[in-house]
Amino acid sequence: MPKKPVLLVVPALLLLLFPLVFSNPYILHMLILSMMWIILGVAWNLLGGFTGQVSYGHAAFFGTGAYATAILVKSGQPVAQAWWGLLVGGLAAVVLATFIGWICFRLRGPYFSLSALALSEVLRLVALNWKEVTNGAEGILFLPAFNDKGAYYYIVFALAAVTIFTIHRVMKSKLGFYFLAIREDQDAAESLGIDTTKYKLVSLMISAFFTGVAGSFYMNYMGFIDPGIVFDLSKISIMMILVTMLGGAATLWGPALGAVIYILVSEIFRVYVGSGHLVFFGVLIIVIILFFPNGIVGSILEAKGRRDRKTDGKDPKQVAA
Amino acid sequence: MTPQLAGQIELFVQVVIAGLLLGGLYSLIGLGMSLIMGVMRIINLAHGELMMVAMYITFLLFSLIHMDPYLSLFVVLPALFLIGAALQKYLITPVMDVESVLPQNQVLLTVGIGMVLSNLAQMVFSADYKSVPVSYASKTIYWDVNVGGQTISLSFNFPFLVAFGIAIALGAALFLFLGKTDIGRMIRATAQDKRAAAIMGINTKRITYITFGLGAALVGAAGTLLAPVYYLYPAIGGPFTSKAFIITVLGGMGNIAGAVLGGVVLGLGESLGSVYISLGYKDAFGFIIFVLVLIFLPKGLLGKSSV
Repeated sequence: MPKKPVLLVVPALLLLLFPLVFSNPYILHMLILSMMWIILGVAWNLLGGFTGQVSYGHAAFFGTGAYATAILVKSGQPVAQAWWGLLVGGLAAVVLATFIGWICFRLRGPYFSLSALALSEVLRLVALNWKEVTNGAEGILFLPAFNDKGAYYYIVFALAAVTIFTIHRVMKSKLGFYFLAIREDQDAAESLGIDTTKYKLVSLMISAFFTGVAGSFYMNYMGFIDPGIVFDLSKISIMMILVTMLGGAATLWGPALGAVIYILVSEIFRVYVGSGHLVFFGVLIIVIILFFPNGIVGSILEAKGRRDRKTDGKDPKQVAA
Repeated sequence: MTPQLAGQIELFVQVVIAGLLLGGLYSLIGLGMSLIMGVMRIINLAHGELMMVAMYITFLLFSLIHMDPYLSLFVVLPALFLIGAALQKYLITPVMDVESVLPQNQVLLTVGIGMVLSNLAQMVFSADYKSVPVSYASKTIYWDVNVGGQTISLSFNFPFLVAFGIAIALGAALFLFLGKTDIGRMIRATAQDKRAAAIMGINTKRITYITFGLGAALVGAAGTLLAPVYYLYPAIGGPFTSKAFIITVLGGMGNIAGAVLGGVVLGLGESLGSVYISLGYKDAFGFIIFVLVLIFLPKGLLGKSSV
């Protein structure tokens, strides 16, 4: 959170007033998608950036959240629609996270990353083939609860605010320090008495909850999902990582910035370039990794930090290591 | 033996044969990935996309100058070697030295490379399905076996058979290369201990370029061999990247002999699973085997993880 509250309150107020002044549905749509991706980026960042457990399979939670809501609505539970069905999506994702964490956290580093990816792909195939429940490749379609994009705008705004605030609080608490300790050195953390398996799971559960909520929101907002959309490896799982990296992993606002840039860039290129518009995003990722390995916000913070660190005469790389 | 039993046996043997032939190609894909993982210790998530590039080169050569896919191997292998070496030299190596918060920057870099490759292919060739319609695409060789008084008729798809043969030849060539040549020994030394290899006077950077080039060439060969029997489209790389790392984990990360075994196990698993369990879940079997192996045999089926 910025030190000066003005920096937070003014943009928030501007965003709150925006739909009252401009009602262009296209711009609102872009903003809604941006805020949904802010939730996804910030949620992934808790596990990947702060806890150091890079997951290549977060689409599992996004898809589960979306399908939990969709299946509830399909079976005649209108209650799952609109805002408080979102909780169902989040909770379904947490249940899944407990299971996935139980399996995958026996493994470390890339082994964890890849087994998360594998489980997410298995879920996609289950959603594709378990036709009685999920409608298979046809997907699930229902009428959105609100006709007005403004309603969704405020819902997703509130969700994004709650997500950022929660993760900010978590990282300021003891829990947050456990997470950082696990990222820096899992064995050292263990030897200090941190139950690393437990806290990695806690991190995963929080991250999965918000991802599931975002998935559920997506279902409510778009009114249609199929397994190829919500369980997509490159458009959901990988994109969550890239959004975080672009803005800056392990920073609070980095993933949010990354999300906005992602939506903006992909939209501009979709409109002006057409097919293969992700080329530019791929190039952007390569450039970011080569020249700003800690993302945009991370590089800014690093530049500031380097000035402070110079006084103790150590190379910043050695301090980080 | 009753005709029913003979029919059952015929189906089973046929499925095993199909699995083995597919497994040969998978081994080739896995060999490249395993080589890269053994030397650079990174997972190349652009592996399938490199295969896709090879498939499009094969497609272009076939449709422009009507070059036979098997002949185009002589173009594809050097081309992919150069692409791979260039990727390693200009993109991946520079990232190796950079400090960052996320530990897997090189892996994410390969994701970015894969994205660029598949989207470039989409821009150039559009997202339509293409094929390399060779005259022998569906040619089949039959072989009748007499078992216990019943005749069992087995069929072998010709392009798959050729692909299997070439895959074995390339695999054998790779083993000879790694075992007998100086560069091969340098690659193995670098995989074992990069720093010690450097002290012995090996230019380890150059070795990483060669290794990535070799890995790309191997998966490129697999792409060319698949071209006559598969459709090609820009997004074909993704599923094959997944298969490549499943194979690699099955065999033990960086274990080259293991990659061959992993490829065969995956081919057999998919083939048997899709016939005896469910076709829809064909791709899930690989992932399930993968997660089980990761949990119970984290060093792979062979239990060791060195080149």
